Amino acid sequence: MADAAPILEAKGLHAAYGPVRVLHGIDFVVNTGGVTALLGANGAGKTTTLRAICGMVRSTGDLMFDGRRINNLPTEAIAAMRVGHVPDGRGTFMELTVEENLRLGGYTRRDSIEPDLERMFGYFPKLKDRFRQQAGTLSGGEQQMLAIARALMIKPRLLLLDEPSFGLAPLIVREIFGIMKQIIATERTSILLVEQNASLALTVADMAYLLETGKIVMSGSAEEIRRDESVRRSYLGY
Amino acid sequence: MEGVLHQIISGIATGSIYASISLALVMIFLATHHINFAQGEMAMFSTYIALTLIQAGVPYWGAFVLTLVFSFVGGLVMQRTLLEPLARAPVLASVGAFLGLLLIFNNIAGWLFTYTLQPFPTPFGTGAPILGGMLSRHELGSTAVTLVVLTAVWAFFRYTKLGLALRGAAYNPVSSRLVGVPVARMLALGWGLAAAIGAIAGMMVAPIVFLDPNMMGGVLLYAFAGALLGGITSPLGAVVGGVLMGVIENIAGAYVVGTELKLTTALVIIVVVLVVKPTGLFGKALASRV
Amino acid sequence: MTQTNSRILLVLFVAAAAVVPLLFATGYQLFQLTLVVAYALSVLGKNLVTGYGGQVSLGQGAFYAVGAYTAAILMEHFNVPYWATLPVAAITTGIVGLALGLPALRLGGLYLALVTFALAVAVPQLLKYKLFEDWTGGVQGIVLMKPDAPFGLPLDNDQWLYLFTLAVGVVLFIAATNLVRSRVGLALMAIRDQPLAAEAMGVELSRYKTLTFGFGALFTGVGGALGAIAVGFVSPDSFSIALSLTLFVGMVIGGAASISGAVYGALFIVFMPNFAEQISKAVPGAIFGVILILFMFFAPGGIASVLATQLRRLRAARTG
Repeated sequence: MADAAPILEAKGLHAAYGPVRVLHGIDFVVNTGGVTALLGANGAGKTTTLRAICGMVRSTGDLMFDGRRINNLPTEAIAAMRVGHVPDGRGTFMELTVEENLRLGGYTRRDSIEPDLERMFGYFPKLKDRFRQQAGTLSGGEQQMLAIARALMIKPRLLLLDEPSFGLAPLIVREIFGIMKQIIATERTSILLVEQNASLALTVADMAYLLETGKIVMSGSAEEIRRDESVRRSYLGY
Repeated sequence: MEGVLHQIISGIATGSIYASISLALVMIFLATHHINFAQGEMAMFSTYIALTLIQAGVPYWGAFVLTLVFSFVGGLVMQRTLLEPLARAPVLASVGAFLGLLLIFNNIAGWLFTYTLQPFPTPFGTGAPILGGMLSRHELGSTAVTLVVLTAVWAFFRYTKLGLALRGAAYNPVSSRLVGVPVARMLALGWGLAAAIGAIAGMMVAPIVFLDPNMMGGVLLYAFAGALLGGITSPLGAVVGGVLMGVIENIAGAYVVGTELKLTTALVIIVVVLVVKPTGLFGKALASRV
Repeated sequence: MTQTNSRILLVLFVAAAAVVPLLFATGYQLFQLTLVVAYALSVLGKNLVTGYGGQVSLGQGAFYAVGAYTAAILMEHFNVPYWATLPVAAITTGIVGLALGLPALRLGGLYLALVTFALAVAVPQLLKYKLFEDWTGGVQGIVLMKPDAPFGLPLDNDQWLYLFTLAVGVVLFIAATNLVRSRVGLALMAIRDQPLAAEAMGVELSRYKTLTFGFGALFTGVGGALGAIAVGFVSPDSFSIALSLTLFVGMVIGGAASISGAVYGALFIVFMPNFAEQISKAVPGAIFGVILILFMFFAPGGIASVLATQLRRLRAARTG
């Protein structure tokens, strides 16, 4: 399913907020065109991993993106390499309209973004209805869709998704993951998906890593992880 | 009745100048959550630059454009060198830096150009007033210039990619970086723009009040009041508030308190707005960072 | 250094400050030292509000003006002796401070800075206003007589006024020190550093904030009254925004969160212009601005905190 060379590879990645160390040397890969899930409980270091990739938190060790070390580059430089980030808390530009949110998503692009706006409305018809509305007036689910669409506007070579299910009703979560499967099938973007909801994440991922207090405690194909007895008991809940 | 109309029309003329400074203040407030106490002195200094150019023989509109360029670059450099490093410092530090700038500009202007009042030319001619004697040519001209500038600024923010990125950087710097907007550069650009807008206000008000290093003191106070009245978080509010302040100034001066308490009128409006409706007419409630 | 030792040192310092200038200083120098004490009190009031209370007030010049005019009007229109004007000035400015503190505490942060800045800009105009002209003397202001030394003491006007001002200053500085160390002072610092925690602990934020504003105004007001008596003249344009900015500079340079900082700040704002004015009238203001920005970058705690750090280093070097 995925090509051999990874688009992103972390080796011995450490990260800290000032004196508080969060990641203690983790290794993982995101294959080109693949979907890697990073699972773990609250506070395991999942969001910090994404922030380290985007240069929002200082890191040591190696973060290789497309063969190039990207540790501690400015966040905007990493975005310019076409890394899309759906951040923790969705990062909506509340004061701007839905359209402006999407246009800002395409800020680094030099080509026309109009066709992509249309494509986003294909995935998220709800956004089309709210095109000229202030994004702050959207519901949580709609804001999540907007965040994903905004990150896709950058034409990402790597898409980072931080808990797209967070704080949403199960029905909405199912809708969003349905759309995500569709996006994965058509866009063939490489994705690093962070989720607390492991069973949900494993339905879309092909590889998975389990993070506990800043260390990788298990890794393998999504299939292997799903079958693992201990994962099933502590994270999948059946 | 005609007297009232006269006061309102000429109030709109001065109000449009206040509106420019209010807008400059709001732009900087939105982007950095700072109040630029030096905004008025920066405008005054720019106006001296314009006067120097004009006295050196540069035609008015040439001097006008050169002054805008100078102010834009000056604002940009100030933001990068002085204010960016203090961005996360406590309120006292940023206020201190702005007051430092205020003192520097005011006194350097006094040193270089002396404290004597100087006439400043108007490009609109000094012929007979128009609209039945209600509006001088300069008032009409300066209102037109201000309107053009405000419209251009609005169109820039509303319709250009750069304007959108500036707004994004002001409202949500973290998300802006994630989509690749160089936020620090945007803030500097915003500063440059604010300085240039202020310079226009300075050049438009100087023919009315004469140029001296303390010229902008009262204007700044009215611009503060206008920004708060309209809502310190709303650029549109700043413009409306600024114009309203011009009208209020004239009506209060002519019929209520007289011109001797001009500044006090602004003070009272500032206090009343902050106590009664801190968000102003168009503003939104802010998180407690202020 | 033990506490007793530092107290003895302080007494010696005050004694020296009283005696040495009498022996060596000229009349003009004595006048300047008197101003230093008056400004030190005013800056002290600002330190209480900003340094200890954490509220950025830019309008301290307004309270200085209220104090100065209270003293001047009492002396001019009611023949009150100069020394008796001080308690009245203190009470008046204290009340004005409390009255302004009430809306001020609802604002806080930048908004307070904005309102007080506007107040400072508007003060001269208010003082000139024709309704008050009979009392304030309008644009002309009020000219005051310099007080003579009492009880036939062998001192000239300048010498006596300096000693008198110094005595008042010492008393009020001791009072401020006690205030800062009291429950009120501790609560204030708690509010400044951890507003949420302080609220949770049941510290009544609003009452303490208003109270500091009042005390800050009071100290500044007494400074203003002493300044008016020393200068022998009050007029609206002496209380422009420049005065508020000067006091602000004094506060930042001395060290906002310190009592002794007020003295360093006052020395700076009185004596620096002496040197700089030889170049141009405008230079002191520009230097104020440059120094203000430099301090914000390199010594936000002011001279007081720089001295404290050096002293600590010295002591560490001696013991270690």
